[in-house]
Amino acid sequence: MEISTALLFNAIIAGLLLGGFYAAVSVGISISFGMLDVVNIAHPGFVILGSYIAYIVNSRYGFDPILVAVALSPLFFLLGMALYRVYYLCFEQRGQESLRGLAFFFGILFITEVVLILVFGVDYRTVKSVYAETTLRLGVLDFPLRLVVPFLVSVVMVVGIQLFLTHTFFGRAVLAVAQDQLALRLMGVNPVRVKQLAFALSISTAGIAGAFLIVIQPVEPSIGREYIGLVFAVCVLGGMGSIWGTLLAAFVLGLAESFTSTFFGPSWAPAVSFGLLLLTLAFRPSGLFGR
Amino acid sequence: MSNRLFAVVAFAIALAIAAASQLIANEYFFSAAYTVLLYVILATAWNILGGYTGYVNFGSAAFFAIGAYTTVALFYAFKLPLLVTVPAGTAVAGLAGLGLGYLTLRLRGVFFAIASLAMAVVLFTFVVNWDFVGGARGAYVIQPSEVPFGLPRYIHLLFSIKVLMAAGALVVARAIETSTVGRGLAAIRDDELAAESAGVPTLKLKLFSAAVSGALMGMAGTTFPYYLSYIEPSSAFSLSYSVNSIAMPLIGGMMSWMGPLIGAVLLGTVQQLVQVTISSAWNLLIVGVLLVVFVTLAPNGIMGWVDAWRQRKNQ
Repeated sequence: MEISTALLFNAIIAGLLLGGFYAAVSVGISISFGMLDVVNIAHPGFVILGSYIAYIVNSRYGFDPILVAVALSPLFFLLGMALYRVYYLCFEQRGQESLRGLAFFFGILFITEVVLILVFGVDYRTVKSVYAETTLRLGVLDFPLRLVVPFLVSVVMVVGIQLFLTHTFFGRAVLAVAQDQLALRLMGVNPVRVKQLAFALSISTAGIAGAFLIVIQPVEPSIGREYIGLVFAVCVLGGMGSIWGTLLAAFVLGLAESFTSTFFGPSWAPAVSFGLLLLTLAFRPSGLFGR
Repeated sequence: MSNRLFAVVAFAIALAIAAASQLIANEYFFSAAYTVLLYVILATAWNILGGYTGYVNFGSAAFFAIGAYTTVALFYAFKLPLLVTVPAGTAVAGLAGLGLGYLTLRLRGVFFAIASLAMAVVLFTFVVNWDFVGGARGAYVIQPSEVPFGLPRYIHLLFSIKVLMAAGALVVARAIETSTVGRGLAAIRDDELAAESAGVPTLKLKLFSAAVSGALMGMAGTTFPYYLSYIEPSSAFSLSYSVNSIAMPLIGGMMSWMGPLIGAVLLGTVQQLVQVTISSAWNLLIVGVLLVVFVTLAPNGIMGWVDAWRQRKNQ
């Protein structure tokens, strides 16, 4: 029995560590979809783009992938600003976001994937880092550093975003956009500008999450798709736009996936997040923590 | 033109094409034309829910694969021929559309879109782990050695079936479009709340259109295992089916049955040419870029240009 207890505890640890990473991948969707009502299906595409940028810089200069991603996040911010501008002018302004806007983001996701395949091929890419090979052991418990480091940085990032949104003027403006755009306009704030900056913030978190992803596992262009269900599942389960809810829901999903792959085999893991998403949508669309 | 007359004409043209093309000696023509026709069906089916009703389905590949794997399962279990598996696959995919619609169409439209993607991944995982239909290794479905109707090869038969299926899909789409159901769907697309208040049974109509759309996609998939004699999950669930069935109606125009037909024939032919002359990765890139360009710059597609031109001429 001792082995299976160890297995159980290690599954819990792996699930929690994975959950921290999932929070980093999903926090951007909680901002763009949950708060701004921009259904950015292309979000995982930017995560993979982040992975490849971390990979290029890491393989050429040997810098730490996570530091690279944080340093280059302004680039993703600019990319996000430009993308929102196009989205606003072409879809939101004309009131066509529900169908054509969705198709637009789907096209963007597809283009990033195909371009990455054309440039890098479908081989799995990995990064080198000082902590990748190390595993801390406490008795029977394993703490692989390639999971622990992204977990820590990601929790810091998510908590930072929550504090930023609740304690700064701009952050509160974002929360206000989520609640009532018209009221914001009456207060003399331009909601489009606020949405643009908040959307750019969500894309920068995707870039950073990409670096976590390639530290945790090898990356090839098409694995981004697996994260579409995950990010939306976390966002809906967490109650659409609540950052604390996102963090909790990410842990729930991390644990669920870890248990599934430990006890039923890894080939079932991709169905977990999507299955949970379908169940949540069918039975509790306001999320676990929604009203 | 009445719907009955349209049906007669469409099937007559389909039979004529199927008969006339038997004179073509080039084998490659049949496999290329088969693929283009497949896209005609998928695009038409997608448009019934997407264009007429305004709900985006990202999971066309899942419905397609349901049709394909129904054929595989029935073939492995009872050795049933295509004549039985085509209606069976169509029915199963229609039920899947109904089920997915029932779970999510009561919510905001975007949730249906996300759930359709979710369903594709759940089903993919399920099929990968289902050994009876080959699991991740894939399954072989051998083409019968005797081809009916005295056709020279099996691909000729598959091509002819696809022509008839495409005609059928267009007849169904046009019948929906011109009926009161179609007007109800258009009302949902333009303003669901107003439609509901005006007494349009929105949920029923949405479920109907999701079921028909799914069924037609499933029908397109039923012949897939015979096409290559081999099927494996990642080719049956290929994202390119989903992308193409969105891109083609958007490029052709979503308001009438002609749009998806034009989009599918144009884009499908271009892809076949690019695949032969350049590479298959480039042909996917072209689809993605065209999708984004059309959706941002020409939101009503090619048919939108035609309509604008007609209006100018009338003035």
